[in-house]
Amino acid sequence: MADLRCTIGGIRSPNPFWLASAPPTDKEYNVRRALEAGWGGVVWKTLGEDPPVVNVSSRYGAVSYNGQRMAGLNNIELITDRPLATNLAEIKRVKRDFPDRAMVVSLMVPCVEASWKAILPLVEQTGCDGIELNFGCPHGMSERNMGAAVGQVPDYVEMVTRWCKQNTRMPVIVKLTPNITNILMPARAALAGGADAVSLINTVQSVTGVDLDAMTPLPAVDGQGTHGGYCGPAVKPIALRMLGDIARDPVMRGLPISGMGGVSGWRDAAEFIAMGASGVQVCTAAMHHGFRIVTEMIDGLSHWMDGKGHASLESFRGLANRNYVQWGELNINFKTIAKIDPSLCIGCGKCYIACEDTSHQSIAKLPGRVYEVIDAECVGCNLCAHVCPVDDCITMVPQAATGPKLTWGEHPNNPHRSAAETVS
Amino acid sequence: MGETIQAPGLRIACGRLDAGTLAANFADAHPPLSDSQARIEADRCYYCYDAPCIEACPTGIDIPSFIAKIADGNLRGSAETILSANIFGGACARVCPTEILCEQACVRTAQESKPVTIGLLQRHATDFLMHRGLHPFARAPETGRHVAVVGAGPAGLSCAHRLAMLGHRVTVYEARPKAGGLNEYGVAAYKLAGDFAQDELDFILRIGGITILHDRRLGRDVTLASLRATHDAVFLGLGHQAVRVLSLSPEPLAGVMDAVGFIEGLRQTAKSGVAVGARVVVVGGGNTAIDAAMQAKRLGASEVTIAYRRGAEHMSATGFEQDWARRSGIRIRTWCAPKALLGEGGSVSAILFEDGGDGPLVEPADMVLLAVGQLFDATPLQEGLAPAIAQGRIVVDAHGLTSLPMVYAGGDCTPGTDLTVSAVQDGKVAALSIHAALTGSV
Ligand SMILES: Cc1cc2nc3c(=O)[nH]c(=O)nc-3n(C[C@H](O)[C@H](O)[C@H](O)COP(=O)(O)OP(=O)(O)OC[C@H]3O[C@@H](n4cnc5c(N)ncnc54)[C@H](O)[C@@H]3O)c2cc1C
Ligand SMILES: Cc1cc2nc3c(=O)[nH]c(=O)nc-3n(C[C@H](O)[C@H](O)[C@H](O)COP(=O)(O)O)c2cc1C
Ligand code: SF4
Ligand code: SF4
Ligand code: SF4
Repeated sequence: MADLRCTIGGIRSPNPFWLASAPPTDKEYNVRRALEAGWGGVVWKTLGEDPPVVNVSSRYGAVSYNGQRMAGLNNIELITDRPLATNLAEIKRVKRDFPDRAMVVSLMVPCVEASWKAILPLVEQTGCDGIELNFGCPHGMSERNMGAAVGQVPDYVEMVTRWCKQNTRMPVIVKLTPNITNILMPARAALAGGADAVSLINTVQSVTGVDLDAMTPLPAVDGQGTHGGYCGPAVKPIALRMLGDIARDPVMRGLPISGMGGVSGWRDAAEFIAMGASGVQVCTAAMHHGFRIVTEMIDGLSHWMDGKGHASLESFRGLANRNYVQWGELNINFKTIAKIDPSLCIGCGKCYIACEDTSHQSIAKLPGRVYEVIDAECVGCNLCAHVCPVDDCITMVPQAATGPKLTWGEHPNNPHRSAAETVS
Repeated sequence: MGETIQAPGLRIACGRLDAGTLAANFADAHPPLSDSQARIEADRCYYCYDAPCIEACPTGIDIPSFIAKIADGNLRGSAETILSANIFGGACARVCPTEILCEQACVRTAQESKPVTIGLLQRHATDFLMHRGLHPFARAPETGRHVAVVGAGPAGLSCAHRLAMLGHRVTVYEARPKAGGLNEYGVAAYKLAGDFAQDELDFILRIGGITILHDRRLGRDVTLASLRATHDAVFLGLGHQAVRVLSLSPEPLAGVMDAVGFIEGLRQTAKSGVAVGARVVVVGGGNTAIDAAMQAKRLGASEVTIAYRRGAEHMSATGFEQDWARRSGIRIRTWCAPKALLGEGGSVSAILFEDGGDGPLVEPADMVLLAVGQLFDATPLQEGLAPAIAQGRIVVDAHGLTSLPMVYAGGDCTPGTDLTVSAVQDGKVAALSIHAALTGSV
């Protein structure tokens, strides 16, 4: 049985599945249910200064795709709308009853040192394991110069992180916003400020849709809409990329990462960890299915690890990140070609029309709805394999190497190729 | 089992089941999809390129297109796509043997033996339009041309609708008091539940430009020559008007009927007034035999047997229909050719087979329904110049043209598969040919 224990910035948990700071971790009642269900830890819903914020009615928008509900979820909620003292008392009680679970408290107060100095000791008294700085909330709070408004300015990230490190002995996790051009900037700033870990991604600024009758953006509040934060399965690719960028950055080597954004099952978690995360956080999947979904995540991950012979998370952490490179490092001499298995083909023609209309005219349509790849024309783009509705019917077959590895840096077509290369 | 109001000496009776049971038995056999079921089902369609389902539909409906429109929430557009290829899209959605047509060809049949339920989706879209009383097409400007259509069945009405749409004036000559052909008189009641045939007729006629003359029979009230003289073109959609006879007893016996007549009776009468035997034997192996047996069972017959002279694999009824009949408690006996009927006091009492096949040689029966084939009856055409007939059907070319100039024909009276959808296609093709001939456009 694989060992699923995880440590992030000195914070330990029996498994890598934490609930992200959001409605599932909003109060004692939910968090107790979550921990009873088996979650390894929680990041408590972001606390702020009193008086608490006020939320609007109608808060979520969602994107369904081909019958799949909540492929993406958008929210316009703010931080906790309950008094600080209430939250702190509850955190303390829950941590006392679940000492083995990670209890991290998410914080967001105004960008002045006094505010942070005031709240940190109160939080410390709960006995929690660490804090997460919410520099990511992309709506509402950012209009009040908090959340993403801080996270988008690396200097502020560094400054606030440093204030926290100076004013508490608790580990500090800095939660990053994806609403930024280069994720490395705030991440490096967090490191410079002394962060013990970073977590990412917070939600992506978004409008889920438009009500064409009422002509309002969604979700709508009394006939108007505002942008919100997008999360769930749809954002996973964005999260993986940002996570991978940080994990491979030489400056940040060794900085622990708590990964999130679209983790819906064990496989996503394994991918995040393989990309360099030490653990994951989950929000939408719990909001979609309830807390017991963690049992499937734990079970799936440990079976997969057993099957692969990974005794602990560390044994595969970052393995895929080693192969995550810049485009310019890819081998241009590598070639892969699509191959259709006629015994599986059902004749839907989707590969043909996709390649014919939008790719390289590399699939021949023979009489009787027989489709065949024209090897000489195929550029190995994978499109046909993606559109084919039959599993394993189209496979991409790597071709025997025709020469040594050749990168763009060395390619004759590259006008800036390295001087060391001989001109052919 | 309900009350049997049985006249002494008569073993066939009405009202074997109570009204509620009868109503349930003759309600929609395949209930419609809900909106969410339809969306889920529509999402199963791959939107194939050169989709095999289109090729398998005799009317060539652009199936991936109409299904994509359902998935997109564009039901009106979906219905228009269907109806532009097949104005009987509503009836066909209910009566087509999809298991040997579009759904057999659906790539999901090859993939997982579970086709997209094209028929049910087609019904979903067409119902949407018809329930709103909408007609999606407008007539082209009047051409001043006038076409006679003989027979208001699917072939005739499909032809009439397309001609009207193209701006021609159409008069339909129909022998019976009601239009609709076998949709009204033949197809199983639970396939076209309620008054669907007449509702669809109203929907089709909403195009305008079509006049139906009822009780006007070719060969009795009008002749082909007179129609040709007074119209620019004639379309013959006469269907089958005769049944093959099987003479099994020297004198007529009460309780012996041809199956088409039995079905016609039950389509036109309140079900509580239709007499049925307690032990019914249906002779035949086609869909008419299945329909007659199923409806006899639903009227309350306690034992219903289909007796077919050859093996199950030779039956022209589809496998799906045979299974459905078996699941409905109908016994299908194969390899038993009927030899004679036995009577008792003028009523049938049993049927005797040449060879018992998988059952006894004598099968007791108080009702015997003969479903051994329908035939085209050329008598109405026999007066004057008649179109060429071969193998019992009117000879037509690929455009529906008979051997006579400007006389077209289609549906069951011409060669080809005897299905509603094929009749609709024949009518449409002929209308397009007539239009081309009348306007000189090819
Ligand atoms: C019992 C039964 C069940 C069936 N079930 C199905 C089914 O489930 N699915 C399916 O696809 N097909 C089914 N069919 C076949 C289908 O009904 C026919 O293929 C289709 O109706 C043929 O259309 P049509 O217009 O050629 O003929 P018909 O529907 O027969 O229409 C012919 C019309 O012409 C009229 N007419 C005939 N002679 C004259 C005349 N001399 N003058 C004026 N009018 C005349 C008739 O009164 C009738 O209205 C069934 C057939 C039967 C008999
Ligand atoms: C309704 C809602 C409220 C959220 N509130 C907060 C918050 O208060 N603080 C915070 O740091 N993140 C908040 N988030 C972001 C989540 O913690 C998480 O970063 C994001 O949902 C991505 O994970 P997922 O794809 O598993 O949902 C919220 C998300 C949702 C859906
Ligand atoms: S891999 Fe791309 S180019 Fe090759 S056949 Fe498939 S779609 Fe065409
Ligand atoms: S997409 Fe797949 S199943 Fe469809 S025709 Fe191409 S190879 Fe066959
Ligand atoms: S064959 Fe099936 S999946 Fe393909 S377009 Fe037709 S209905 Fe859709």
